[in-house]
Amino acid sequence: MSDECFEPRIIGFLCNWCTYAAADTAGVSRMKQPPNVDIIRVMCSGRVDPTFVLKAFRQGADGVLVAGCHPGDCHYAEGNYKTLRRMTLLRKLLEQMGIEPGRFRLEWVSSAEAPKWAQVAREFTEQVRALGPLNWPGTVLAGVPTGPGHPHPQEVAE
Amino acid sequence: MSEKPKLKLALYWAASCGGCEIAVLEINEKLLIVDQVADILFWPVAVDAKYDDVRAMPDGHIDVCLFNGGIRNSEQEEIAHLLRRKSKVLVAFGSCANEGCIPGLANLYTRESILERVYLATESTDNPGKVLPQTTYQVPEGEIHIPEFYNTVLALDDVVSVDYYVPGCPPQPHQIWNVLLAVVEGKLPPAPAVVGAGDKTCCDECRRIKNVKKVKRFYRPFEITPDPEICLLEQGIVCMGPATRSGCGEGRALCVDANMPCRGCYGPAPGVVDQGAKMLSAIASVIDSNDPEEIARIIEGIPDPAGTFYRFSLSKSLLRRARV
Repeated sequence: MSDECFEPRIIGFLCNWCTYAAADTAGVSRMKQPPNVDIIRVMCSGRVDPTFVLKAFRQGADGVLVAGCHPGDCHYAEGNYKTLRRMTLLRKLLEQMGIEPGRFRLEWVSSAEAPKWAQVAREFTEQVRALGPLNWPGTVLAGVPTGPGHPHPQEVAE
Repeated sequence: MSEKPKLKLALYWAASCGGCEIAVLEINEKLLIVDQVADILFWPVAVDAKYDDVRAMPDGHIDVCLFNGGIRNSEQEEIAHLLRRKSKVLVAFGSCANEGCIPGLANLYTRESILERVYLATESTDNPGKVLPQTTYQVPEGEIHIPEFYNTVLALDDVVSVDYYVPGCPPQPHQIWNVLLAVVEGKLPPAPAVVGAGDKTCCDECRRIKNVKKVKRFYRPFEITPDPEICLLEQGIVCMGPATRSGCGEGRALCVDANMPCRGCYGPAPGVVDQGAKMLSAIASVIDSNDPEEIARIIEGIPDPAGTFYRFSLSKSLLRRARV
């Protein structure tokens, strides 16, 4: 695949009460936004377990976006503060694992900010596009066996 | 009364430190009982049997093989396949065989950088010819082969199917004895299964007083003398208890009882895919701040998240290795 036709695959975890509503409004209002963000609706950005983000990268995402209500506006009072703390620490871990900070983004978008959502989606898609493909299973884990029960009966050496 | 045939046991070590072997010996005088009911056919650390002796056995000849160590070179992979074929029951014994353990932290680096560090760069190295390990080498007597060093440390079940998993670094003697008893009495649960461990978290067995956790600063163990009665996390010490499987102590958490934080050696708690991610989630949520800058400053107190949260489980984490 040449770089010109690289379309990044982005997973977006959006909170039900704010950012998902914003994305919905942006869509209904026909605001221009790229189709690269695959949206997964969660009840709160605080529901986004770091496991979800790692799993998205493991399965081939080029970028991951987590978005929820503005600080202080959480539908569940303080779920997004927990998100803020978790994602700050997760970003540090991702860097250690060799994933550029630009592939991971945390945003606050309220339900009234449909234009902001469209802009975030556009910006982030272009940012990830510039970084190029990540393709964790096809590059980093290429040739690494992933059992259990990996069938491999023959002996390797004498 | 005809005597029951003796159980045929094998033990092997791959990429490990040898601590699992010591742990087996730590069942002490009960070893004599093991000797009464079992023949040890193969145990490189203690019994003089060779690979060829194992190759000469019929398939399925060994009743139970306790395999410790991860897979980081071609010899270990070959013997894993050999012992899988020769054993009715293959047990991933100890953290390395389960999820890579400390050797698995090499997955933060590449084969090239490890060889360069070990054979060229260390301060005590004298290697003027810059010789690195070769897989084949010509000597007057002919060509010799040594195993290939892998770029990624694997767990045992990445290369062969495993029947039972005994976690721990090392598995604790009372748990080893439980497993051996279950083997002898034919009381192992249906495979595959984790045996010789609890089915809760380390916190569940911890006897400390637990209140609301709010952390303004993280301490590394050498920076603080912890209160022996209160939850270590509440005192700002990174304790892996919330994300770690129980079972290390007999109804208590072993390290925590000694006033040291749990490091996570019993692997992910039941149902957990990625121990590090779960621990990261738990520890971040107790940070007592809502201000991005202060949060970042508090997080500086955890200088090495990968090495802390994946100390034992990097090889089996979702990402499995770093992209270098």
